[in-house]
Amino acid sequence: MRYLPHTPDDIETMLKTVGVNSVDELFSAIPEDCRSKTSLDLPLPLSEWELNARIDELAATMAIPPDYKVFMGAGSYEHYIPATVSFLLSRSEFMTSYTPYQPELSQGTLQAIFEYQTLTARLLGMEVANASQYDGASSLAEALLMAVRITRKKTVAVSSLIHPNYRRVLETYLAPTEYPIIELPYLEDGTTDLDAIKNRDDLAAVAVQSPNFLGCIEDLQLAAQKAQDKKALFVVSFTEPLAYGLYKSPGSFGADICCGEGQSLGIPRSFGGPALGMFAAKKKYVRNMPGRLVGQTVDSEGRRGFVLTLATREQHIRREKATSNICTNHSLCALAAAIYMATLGQTGIKELARLNFDKTEYLKNQLKAAGHEIPFERSTFNEFVVKFPKNFENTYEKLLEKKIVAGLPISRFYPELSHHYLLCVTETVSKKDMDAFVKEVRT
Amino acid sequence: MKELNEIILPEDVRYAPSHEWAKAEGDTVKVGISDYAQDQLGDIVFVELPETGEIFGKGAEFGTVESVKAVSELYMPVGGEIVAINTALEDAPERVNNTPYADGWMIEVKPDNAAEMDSLMTKDAYLESLKG
Repeated sequence: MRYLPHTPDDIETMLKTVGVNSVDELFSAIPEDCRSKTSLDLPLPLSEWELNARIDELAATMAIPPDYKVFMGAGSYEHYIPATVSFLLSRSEFMTSYTPYQPELSQGTLQAIFEYQTLTARLLGMEVANASQYDGASSLAEALLMAVRITRKKTVAVSSLIHPNYRRVLETYLAPTEYPIIELPYLEDGTTDLDAIKNRDDLAAVAVQSPNFLGCIEDLQLAAQKAQDKKALFVVSFTEPLAYGLYKSPGSFGADICCGEGQSLGIPRSFGGPALGMFAAKKKYVRNMPGRLVGQTVDSEGRRGFVLTLATREQHIRREKATSNICTNHSLCALAAAIYMATLGQTGIKELARLNFDKTEYLKNQLKAAGHEIPFERSTFNEFVVKFPKNFENTYEKLLEKKIVAGLPISRFYPELSHHYLLCVTETVSKKDMDAFVKEVRT
Repeated sequence: MKELNEIILPEDVRYAPSHEWAKAEGDTVKVGISDYAQDQLGDIVFVELPETGEIFGKGAEFGTVESVKAVSELYMPVGGEIVAINTALEDAPERVNNTPYADGWMIEVKPDNAAEMDSLMTKDAYLESLKG
């Protein structure tokens, strides 16, 4: 990216053009008491090498691979990112995070988004996908607002096994509305207990996550049927879309809306962001979808072209009746995901998903053999819960000193699950790393 | 866009200030949007209609009409139950542009209070209101 600061001459010319004498005069409309009297409290500037050293120092305070062996996922996953992704992504033509203001002028950007939408729809088994949202959590909140609009009902039933942070975002979104959230408890096998929706006829949506926060695969067939019986929309959330390379897609079970986090698809974990909100729905609901949509069409001479379509849902046209206050997308992250999916292809995604599954099963079985309890019996993908002994907190700290991150203690989210740890294994974890970990925790 | 004297305004329908027309046909009232409204909106690409059996009061929103660059809400000229909708508009919304008072009708209402028709404008009063 080029950075072109204004020279004193530039500033002089601009001031003259607008007819003021100084920068202070330009801002004279701002009341005195709104202006800062003191200068900003910032550290002194650093030279380039000093700055690099400082950033390295900060980075070294984090436990990140390959230096650390990290068995933690919980919504953010360490996957290998092929060189195609970083190479194509760094092309200057793509170097903007937003859909352009005169979109049809940027055919390349629109084509990239269109391809992202197409690949997303295929992976999730859905009919139509949008240009992306901020992240998995905001996608879920938007999905439930959409369900309220479509069904004209107000209550949403949400599985307690949806990522706890997603549910917090959802509560924030719904706080100013009068829409109640019913939390569905979970069963002993690690899936959602749908019993509570049995006597409810006021549900706009039933939302589950699969794989869920405990790593377990939900019975989507059953959940879809139960939601349908109650004339509620069936919403499937996810944090790990790679799972659909191995397990059947939410769309194939009749999900009305499918939404989640796409970080797994070629986007680095980067301390939690930026992320990619994937969002897809049945075509009959397209006019109620949030976000931007790119469509393919032909110009007056019959040549293929791309346009922003169905823009009448959006706030610059629809004002307060818009489907969402989202009027942009995470283009660069969506592009990374599109390149990632295209690089792997259908076969590659299947193979990689299988590899994640197999490695995870290996660690699960080794831990079982080492005397640890695997409390939830449902099938998993690349995460599972293990119950470690009571004094494990100390072992956890010792392992950290040995540069092993032994998963996420989940009792902070589920107080009843003390000593339960959520472990994650992706293709980046080697058998050697897993064997070393198991050896450390052998009872 | 049409000049005011080019706008087609039949005598046998009544008009609402929000540009819907209503036509009494026996026990029910047919509703659509006026030639003026369709002309202002331009090419109509989608009409969202309620389901039959739904009940709305006079002035309540019963649907939306979407043109290439705008969306407008549709309001009940008289209150009552929706007894029929024009399903043909789903595939051919341009009927609203071509024949707003015939093939472009939108809903058929069984009015709660037939006298509400009298509160709507006649052709002359509506034309006067368009001159604004």
